[in-house]
Amino acid sequence: MHIKVEHLCKRFGDFAAVDDVSFEVSDGSLVALLGPSGSGKSTILRILAGLESADSGQVWFDGEPATDLHARVRGVGFVFQHYALFRHLTVAQNIGFGLDVRRVEKSAVRKRVKELLALTGLSGLEQRYPSQLSGGQRQRVALARALAPEPKVLLLDEPFGAVDAKVREELRQWLRRLHDEVGVTSIFVTHDQEEAFSVSDRVLLVNHGRIEQNGTPMEILDDPATEFVARFVGEVNVFPATVRDDRAQSGALNVRIKGSAPSGLAHLVIRSYDLKLWREDPGVATVQRMVTFGDRVRVQALVDGAGPIIAHFPRRSSLLRGVEPGCRVQVEVTTARAYPAEASSLHPIAAT
Amino acid sequence: MKHAAYALTPNRGERMLRHAVVLYIWALVALPLVALLRFGLREGLVALAEALRSPVALSAIWLTLWTSTLVALINMLLGTATAWALVRYRLPGKTLLAALIDLPLAIPTLVTGLMIAVLYGPLSAAGRMFEAHGIQIVFAQPGIVLALLFVTLPFVIRAVEPVLMEIDKSEEEAAKILGASAIRVFRTVFLPSIAPAVLSSGIRSLGRALGEFGAIVIVAGNIPFRTLTAPVYVFGEIESGTPRTAAAVSLLLLTIALGLHAAAHAIERRIGARDA
Repeated sequence: MHIKVEHLCKRFGDFAAVDDVSFEVSDGSLVALLGPSGSGKSTILRILAGLESADSGQVWFDGEPATDLHARVRGVGFVFQHYALFRHLTVAQNIGFGLDVRRVEKSAVRKRVKELLALTGLSGLEQRYPSQLSGGQRQRVALARALAPEPKVLLLDEPFGAVDAKVREELRQWLRRLHDEVGVTSIFVTHDQEEAFSVSDRVLLVNHGRIEQNGTPMEILDDPATEFVARFVGEVNVFPATVRDDRAQSGALNVRIKGSAPSGLAHLVIRSYDLKLWREDPGVATVQRMVTFGDRVRVQALVDGAGPIIAHFPRRSSLLRGVEPGCRVQVEVTTARAYPAEASSLHPIAAT
Repeated sequence: MKHAAYALTPNRGERMLRHAVVLYIWALVALPLVALLRFGLREGLVALAEALRSPVALSAIWLTLWTSTLVALINMLLGTATAWALVRYRLPGKTLLAALIDLPLAIPTLVTGLMIAVLYGPLSAAGRMFEAHGIQIVFAQPGIVLALLFVTLPFVIRAVEPVLMEIDKSEEEAAKILGASAIRVFRTVFLPSIAPAVLSSGIRSLGRALGEFGAIVIVAGNIPFRTLTAPVYVFGEIESGTPRTAAAVSLLLLTIALGLHAAAHAIERRIGARDA
């Protein structure tokens, strides 16, 4: 189903949870709403489901207005972070619930439940109760239950937030395969960028109730539209800088910037893996710390007149030869961007 | 140096306290229970049954049983509805309302009886109004039911309320999105969770109502065959010097009360086991 959202707004008291949000989701795609907690991404999802009403704005399902439809008749499937399974019903009764309330014939319900048990790898567990299942199994029951009535769109609210890291990775890959198999238009909310980039076709980056960027994972990684996006995605270094033409100056650093930025005061944003450094005297920076994580080394150095900088290297990189805490290094930045220095962007990014 | 275990073994004072507590509970609760049992059964079960066969006693027991059961049923229904409203809706003066719900436990039951008698008695405007429509409340059975409802008000409400609050909101939302009607949502999500609490607190209010004396003795008028309840009958028999029948009716009330207590306890333990 094609979904269109126009100028959605929702306030909770003085707090603007959703602030003039517009986007479209094309039929059959898998889209992630990515953002820090409290950014409004869940509220957007709940408005789409009819669990929350928008103060203003419109929602369209396949060109039909859906803004005022009751949750019961929207034909959406919803998966909650904490599963929200009916604890007094068995796995089979949970999955069949959506068909049962529509008075679908018993034999047809049984057949569909069986299909979904097979699809979700839960065959043999149909008589269990939710309390007798693991977290990963519960979430798959929740998915099967949402899919049983063949919804036109599947909405997932932090679907893997409550399971441990290993199961989460399995479930992600499984969700992607499931989506490719079933093909139902799906939107899921996450605060985990890895999850958003590894699973979805498109990512909508949400912050303070607004959409910062709407693009494919590659577009967002390679061309962050705003400073927020650049800082949110991956580990970055941010320096106050002065921009003139296509170069930015910050202390001893003078780098070419990608894209364009208006001349004047700016924030220079450099990803930790978009720079090189090697031992050189006098150089521009002093190495402070080196930490090894398996196959990678994280180098922290102090750039003259600019401040601390963090760089990641493969552990056996030839660039690291002779580099040790206390030595002087030269820094070369391969890719950097500059964003106008606005007062609001000086705030640290909300924890994710 | 003292051995470490020395600090862990109770000293003499602690040992004495331990024994004293055990003794105190047994003497306070178990002893009177045994005494009544021995007194009631001293002429044998046949004599006991004989004492219960007096028509006045039988009608008093019957009146107590049906009014208490009716009150328990009303409590289960209205108590659940009240808890529902308290948990889910914004109500005007909610804090005050919550205080009012607990008030019946704080008011001496005799005072409760008096309040009802004053409000609906033959001397009050309300009493006269009901009387004009042929409804007598005080010195009649409606008064008994009213008094029992008053003293058992908080039981179901306060038992169901925390259970309702604990229910995950997303379960309800999940049911709604899957297309369930409001009634179906209640049946699937809420009813199975609250049913044990409703039942056990209903039973507890029944047990409480069976033994109620203070609130009833003033309101009921205590007319044999009409408004004389079992507890008031027991009191009357003691007063008139026939402790044998008093003991018999008491033993019957005791048996029922203990049975109800055991049932409520069993249900509550099952709730606890499920939540663990």
